[in-house]
Order: sequence, then structure tokens, then C-alpha cells
Amino acid sequence: MSKLIIQGIAGAQGIAIGKAFVYAQQKLIVDTRLISPEKMAGELERLATAMESTRDQLAHVRAKALEKAGEEHASIFDAHIAILEDPSFLDDIKGLIENDCQTAACAVDNVAAQYVTLFSEMEDEYMRERAADLKDIGGRLLRNVLGLNPLELDQFDDEVIVIAHDLTPSDTVSLDKRYVKGFAVNIGGRTSHAAIIARTVEVPAVLGLGDITEKVQDGEIVILDGINGLVITQPNECQLDEYCKLAAKYNAARDELKKMATLPAVTPDGRHVEIAANIGVPGDVEAVLANGGDGVGLYRTEFLYMGQDQLPDEEKQFQAYKAVAESLDGKPLIIRTLDIGGDKELKCFALPHEPNPFLGWRAIRICLDRRDIFRTQLRAILRASAYGNVLIMYPMISGVGEVRQANAFLAEVKEELRQDSIPFDKNIKVGIMVEIPSAAITADIIAPEVDFFSIGTNDLCQYTLAVDRMNEQISGLYQPMHPAILRLVKNVIDVSHRHGKFTGMCGELAGEPLAAVILLGLGLDEFSMSASSMLLVKKIIRQVSFKAAKEIAEHALTLQTAEQINEYAAQTLKELGLNLD
Amino acid sequence: MYEQRIVVTNKSGLHARPANLFTKTAATFQSKISVAKGDKSADAKSILKVLSLGINAGTELIISADGPDERQAVAALIELIEAGLGE
Repeated sequence: MSKLIIQGIAGAQGIAIGKAFVYAQQKLIVDTRLISPEKMAGELERLATAMESTRDQLAHVRAKALEKAGEEHASIFDAHIAILEDPSFLDDIKGLIENDCQTAACAVDNVAAQYVTLFSEMEDEYMRERAADLKDIGGRLLRNVLGLNPLELDQFDDEVIVIAHDLTPSDTVSLDKRYVKGFAVNIGGRTSHAAIIARTVEVPAVLGLGDITEKVQDGEIVILDGINGLVITQPNECQLDEYCKLAAKYNAARDELKKMATLPAVTPDGRHVEIAANIGVPGDVEAVLANGGDGVGLYRTEFLYMGQDQLPDEEKQFQAYKAVAESLDGKPLIIRTLDIGGDKELKCFALPHEPNPFLGWRAIRICLDRRDIFRTQLRAILRASAYGNVLIMYPMISGVGEVRQANAFLAEVKEELRQDSIPFDKNIKVGIMVEIPSAAITADIIAPEVDFFSIGTNDLCQYTLAVDRMNEQISGLYQPMHPAILRLVKNVIDVSHRHGKFTGMCGELAGEPLAAVILLGLGLDEFSMSASSMLLVKKIIRQVSFKAAKEIAEHALTLQTAEQINEYAAQTLKELGLNLD
Repeated sequence: MYEQRIVVTNKSGLHARPANLFTKTAATFQSKISVAKGDKSADAKSILKVLSLGINAGTELIISADGPDERQAVAALIELIEAGLGE
């Protein structure tokens, strides 16, 4: 067999090289012959015993899951136990034995298969994945009916990469991390149990590989690339060498970065900043906390409005905001009010066609015109503020007038809640997103009206440099490190500090390692970025003194072009011995 | 026979864990309880049947019960859904 590179779906990051263990969940042969009525009692008895053993095994697996992966994953098995104890599941099986004269094994197989089919045909991806639960339960029960030992993946004495058709939740829990270096499976995607558990226990996983179980021989060496979603069989010397180096580098960098998660973002000379994350849905918080985020610097609420036939009501929004506020456990959560228009369209709220949507009716401009939409959202945010540390941020502010209008309306909404005795944080902080140059330039006029600024560099760059981000023809002109941008950023930060306020940044520049030292030196208080960038930026901040960063920023401001600034930033990082690999 | 309408608001709908809580609660009542989504209806005490309905956030349900404790049963399940099904 010649070497093959097989593309799948990257389920969990990392690289593993090792011996393949082809986990053949061979199809159990079930006797389909019918039974005579006098044997029926015996089959029912056999079923009852198997139910009992299955319940015991599940309790055991649950305990193991709790120990290895925590309550979240252990509770998957509560659902398994519930299915096992479901009266209609048992009735269906009994019915086939009593009425159709099937053996217990045959009845279990048929009923499980029927539900697997039902679930795998459902529209919802999550529900389709639940077919795996049924398969798992059915298989386990069937093995017990047939008197076979449960399948376990913890019997290894050597390192392996598990190659399987699919991994059931039971399989993934029994995986012994000392020996199992990763897994490659035929089916599934990022939301499969297999992928979720792999990310939790931190072994690489590649899913959706088609027929990987047919292409790999038990015992052969394979490379599992969980970064690019590849499996390489029969690798040559050169590939092995390359991947060995890559794996060592990846693991060392990951271990090094991991240490950052629990450390504060503070420079050696004591300047504290906040490293926060940008999120879109409540589920994103998990990654923020896992990477030691200090909070959420930007919660994009648009996702609640997208793909919906109608505008989300107050209760739905409240539940989402509350969930995030609670899971952050007191860490700040900056909720940005609806930012639609521009390139973001909604099914539930048709926007008029405009020749220049980025310069048109969008974000706060819509909210100030459509008070009904704005009121619903503000009420939901205010109500959620009773459950955590919530801040409000208005997008697309061009001047102080809009801030005053929005704040006046916010005061009205607060008064409504007060009259209805609905609890909320009476001192809730309010800020604006600085993404229009006029707001950056008039920051001194706006500052008394707000508690904070957060610089949105993506739009600020687009508006300041007159560059359409999406236009590839001029992509070279899109330069976040342009002297004009740095001057605006500096102005906003300086003004906020003079007024005793803070400035954050939630545009992509905040997560850019090259910009970190300069932004630190300019005095940025909060860096908000995608959760996966946080550790690296924190690492840089922990290695450079605030004093040095200020000097570097000062020098950067004297340079004339973005190219010069980029080059200077790269050079200083190197001089400071900051290795970005 | 007593019934009430409700819209599911918790984020994942009546999926694995919330469905487990829902059916366990239903099982504590004597009445026969069913949950209906559109023209499909299922035994509220069976997690498999409830899961089979594929109830997502935003789905409108009719919960009906028939038996000695029908009112309490419907009220308890409605309250559970309103409270977000433990999410």
C-alpha cells in the first residue's frame, strides 16, 4: 500500500505519531430465528439480567467519566441511564419478544436500530449526533444479552493512535490517556462526543475521514495531524522527521502557553492589563475561561438576531445574556448593542438596499430610530446585569449627540424597570465603541458621558484609511498599524485616562502579537480578542516592561509609514527575545 | 383532561439533559401526560419519545395530562420549562 494523505475534519488540535490500533467494533451476529412460546420466559429473564448488568456498567463508566473529564461529561451517562430506564424502550423490546417471538438479542438490536435510524434522520445536527448515544446503549445492552464482556479502550500497554469507525461516549471515556495519543474516526464532526472529549483531555482527533478503518492496518505507523485535519499513512522518513519536529514544537509551545492561563497579565514592572475575549454565543465562554480570560470585552449580540424569522424577544435575549454573565462569575462582560447593517443582514429585519451600506443606516443609528428594538435589548441587558458584572457598549457612535440620546433612552428604560421592581445593576457602566474617526478625534467631548471606550480597529481602519476591507484589489492599503490609526488610538487612550476612564480594544489588532508591545506602551487597559489568541498576547505582556513598551510606542509614533512601523515592531520583538513561534 | 401551551426558551431545547429532567419530573405524577409539537405527540414520561420530537428553543408545545393529578402535573412541567430546564 502506498502512502496516503487523508483529509478529514480537525476535531481536536495537536499532532501525534504512533502505531495504529484499529478498533474494530465488529458487527455482532444476532440470531434472527424465532423462538417457541415456552422459551419466552427465559428470554425475558435474560433481558432483565442484561438490563441489570448494563445499569451497573453505566454507573461505573459514569464514575470514571466524572474522575477523568468532570461533571459535564459524566452527565452524558445520566442520559444513557435514563434511556435504559425509559419505559417505552423496555416495552418496545418486550413487545418484540412477547408478540413477535424474537430472541432478546434480536429484539434489543431491532429496537436500538429503529431509534438510531429515527435520530440520524433528524434535521438538527445535535440530535443526529445523539444517534451515537442510542448505538452506544444498544450495543452495550446487546453485548450483555449475549454474555460478552464490554468493549474497553483502556487495555493498552503501548502508545497507540486509535482508528475507529466511530467512538461512542463510553469509548471516549474509557480511553486511557497514558497510551492513547489521539484518534481518527470515519464519521462525525466538531460537535461529536469524540471531538468534545478529545479537546477536554487534550489529545488530537481527526473525524469524518470516510473509511479510514479500511485504509489503515493494525500496527502500522500513522501520523495524525489534528491541526490541519489530516491522517498520513505509510509516512516516509522525510514526513516522519518533519512531523516529529512539528509535534515537539507544538507540544512545547502549548505547554509553555498553558502556564499563562492561570497567571495575571502584568508586566515585570507591575503594569496590569486585562486580556479579554470577543464572543458571539454563550457557548464561547467555555474557551474564554479555559484560556484564563479576564472577561469578555465584546459580546456580539447579532448572533441572537441572525437566522431567525422574527426579532428575538426580551426573554430570549435575557436568558442568553444572563447565561454568559453567570458563567463569567463576576468577571466583566461588555455587551455590545445590536450592530447590524454594513455587511451584516438579518432575515427577521429587512434593511433597505443602500448604495453605501457601511456609511448608511446601521447599528446605533437603527436603534435610535427603532426604539422598540432598542428598548427590548436594553431591558434584557439591564435585567441580566443583576446576575453578573455587565457593561453596555454602543456601536458606531460618530459624536457626543448620539451618546446623549442613547443614554437618555437608557435612563428611561431603567426607570421602567424600577417602576416594575425588576432588579438590575443601578451603576451599570456604559461605553462606546470607537470605530468612526470622528469619535476618536472628539473623544475629549464624549469622555464625560461614558465610563469607557473600546476601540474597534477593523472599522476604524476602514473608515480612516478609506479602504474597503473586502476589496482584494486594495487589500494592501488596509493597514491597522498606519500612523494615523496609532495616533487616533493614542488620543483615545490619553483622553480616557485624563478623565479617569479606561480604554479597551476589541478589534483584531488587539490580538495581533506584533502590535501588543506598542498598544501596551500606548497605555491600552484592556485587550479583547478571540479566545485562542489570549495566551500568546499575555505571554508577550508578561515579558516586556511597561517602561520599555512606552519607549517603543513613542518611537513607533515618530515613524512615517505602516511598513516602517511593522518592521520596527517585528525587530523590537526579536530584540526583546520574544519568540512568537 | 387539562392542557396548556408553552414556548421552550432554554438554549438547547428539549435535548439530552433537559429532556432527562423533564421526563423524570413527568414520571413523578400518576396522570397520563403527553407533550405535543405540531401534529406529533409523545409520552412525556419517555425520554426517547420526547427526544424523538426534536424540540428546539423557540418550539411551541402543548402539554396535556389526564388523571387524578393532571393540573399539578401540567403546572409543574410548565414551571420547569419556564425556569429553563436546569440550564
